Amino acid sequence: MPITYTSQEQVEVYRFSAPAAILIPLVALFLQAFVPLRFPFFAIFDLPLLVTIFFAVVRRSPVTGLLTGSVIGLLQDSLTHNPIGLYGIAKTVVGYGASSLGVRLDVENAGARLLLTLFFYMVHEIVYFTVGRGLVGLTAHPSWTYELGAAFANAVLAVLLFAALDKFKQRT
Amino acid sequence: MENLISRYRNVTVLVAILFAQVLGLAVQVKRSGENESTRLIRVWVVNAITPFEKGLVGLQNGAGNLWRNYFYLRGVRQENHQLRQEIEHLRLEQVRLNEDAEQARRLQALLGFKEQFISQTVPAQVIGSSGSEQSRSIYIDKGSHDGIKQDMAVITADGVIGKVLRVFVTTSQVLLIDDQTSGVGAILEKSRLQGVLRGTPAGEIVLEKVAADETIQPGEKVLTSGGDQVFPKGLPVGTVTKVSTGADLFLNVRVKPAANLSKLEEVLVITKNEERMPSVAGMGSSRGVDILAQRLPSVPEKTAEAPKKQSPASAAGIPQLGTNKGKAQPTGINPKPMESTATPGVVHAPTIIAGPRDVTKPASGNPTVKSPGIKSADTAIIKPATQQKTVPLPMKVSEKITKPAASTPKPPPNPSAPNQSGASQPTNQPATQPAVPPQDQTAPQENKPQ
Repeated sequence: MPITYTSQEQVEVYRFSAPAAILIPLVALFLQAFVPLRFPFFAIFDLPLLVTIFFAVVRRSPVTGLLTGSVIGLLQDSLTHNPIGLYGIAKTVVGYGASSLGVRLDVENAGARLLLTLFFYMVHEIVYFTVGRGLVGLTAHPSWTYELGAAFANAVLAVLLFAALDKFKQRT
Repeated sequence: MENLISRYRNVTVLVAILFAQVLGLAVQVKRSGENESTRLIRVWVVNAITPFEKGLVGLQNGAGNLWRNYFYLRGVRQENHQLRQEIEHLRLEQVRLNEDAEQARRLQALLGFKEQFISQTVPAQVIGSSGSEQSRSIYIDKGSHDGIKQDMAVITADGVIGKVLRVFVTTSQVLLIDDQTSGVGAILEKSRLQGVLRGTPAGEIVLEKVAADETIQPGEKVLTSGGDQVFPKGLPVGTVTKVSTGADLFLNVRVKPAANLSKLEEVLVITKNEERMPSVAGMGSSRGVDILAQRLPSVPEKTAEAPKKQSPASAAGIPQLGTNKGKAQPTGINPKPMESTATPGVVHAPTIIAGPRDVTKPASGNPTVKSPGIKSADTAIIKPATQQKTVPLPMKVSEKITKPAASTPKPPPNPSAPNQSGASQPTNQPATQPAVPPQDQTAPQENKPQ
């Protein structure tokens, strides 16, 4: 069973240095905007979402998690042509949810991270399309088969990415 | 109340943040109908991200150019040879197209049409994308500083790719034609049916608003119609790949974009698109009726007279120029020569067909061949519409061919007859039938080398 219920005392809380906290989301945004130009298949990944989930589960603070998600989402919105706030709202919800779950569950192992990312990717897409169609009037129709495939691809990448980002963690 | 908020602090912050963002969205949606200014956060983010993208693209191009231009030169000689051959072919084709363009211009002038053409473009490098499947847009390295404005069309050599959506100082955001929110006025090349091109969630392009009772064949080319006032008319957009019945009595026409939208590197922004009346300075005394009449098919005259008027050249198997009147003509060939553009007594080579391995085969059936290989645009090959059989060796037509006075219909003098590429300029293009492709429209005529 990869996800195990843990008591509050057993959970370790980490923090990040200021440069890491600022640069990691920015690099994720940069790569998300640049790499698909050379490798179009890369557009299936959502690096800013993975970074949001990672920061949220490691810090284990809902307020910090939702604020991180909100900022990263708004920055990602700024690069698109859609109204600012769509990714912001979706990533705020994901940041809050992932950090709330991180408080209760041990999400340090690879299996837990895979399932967590799979779940929150779908949550992210559902919130995005709901807000987009309900509030902004976007005509986007998601293909759920495609979204499921994308969720799995992101989950696999998340396992690798989280392992790399673990090096930036600092114990509180 | 205070205790309640502190007790549910996390949820309160979540609700507050979400509420603020929803409010922000509502404000943007309300203002979207107005002339929306660029949000400051967009400017900050774009200004923060794009310099790195520009730098990386520059570095990548520099390294690539160094490798390709100084080290990796394998096959360049062969490529150079192929390109030279292609240039020769294109020169020949250009001569023919120039002639057609001249004629189109004259007709436009006569009919009072305004001609529209791209007069200025700005080349730009693609430096980034939105990074989102829900927003198919790219960033280019030219902005307001370079004269880029909103709603300018962006194209590549292959076809249109999108339009400028937002302009920053040194960069611009371009909305691609496969985005769901984009719309391009389009027209089908052959059937002339018009519709609107839109993107789908899967990143495909569909042509909408084409009635279900119309017939569209896959493979038909899609061009811009110019109706959207963004893209100039006639630019290639793509090719029809699949046609099926859609909703609301409209066809669902899938289009494969002409340009590879997923791998864009350099693009052109159309910064100036002029519209003016075509010049009538070079029209001479030709009348619109005459020009139009030359385009129309005519009834062939009696075939029995043909052998009597056959010239020695024809008997010898040489393709004949300018002796179509009174001679047997195959169905679909208009025997009338282009009187308005002909110089009296001199007939230039008719429609020129590119291709070193084509050969003219006259109606008599004896192909006349000359030395192989085309060396320049002056070496023209004629191909009559009657028979298009190709044999290995090409035929070379002399630069100027005089018509025998007896058999030459005397055209009115036209000082403006174009003669751009030397003596081989095909100014006497025989009249054609619309259904016949231009290269197959040349009727065999009597000729006599000068």
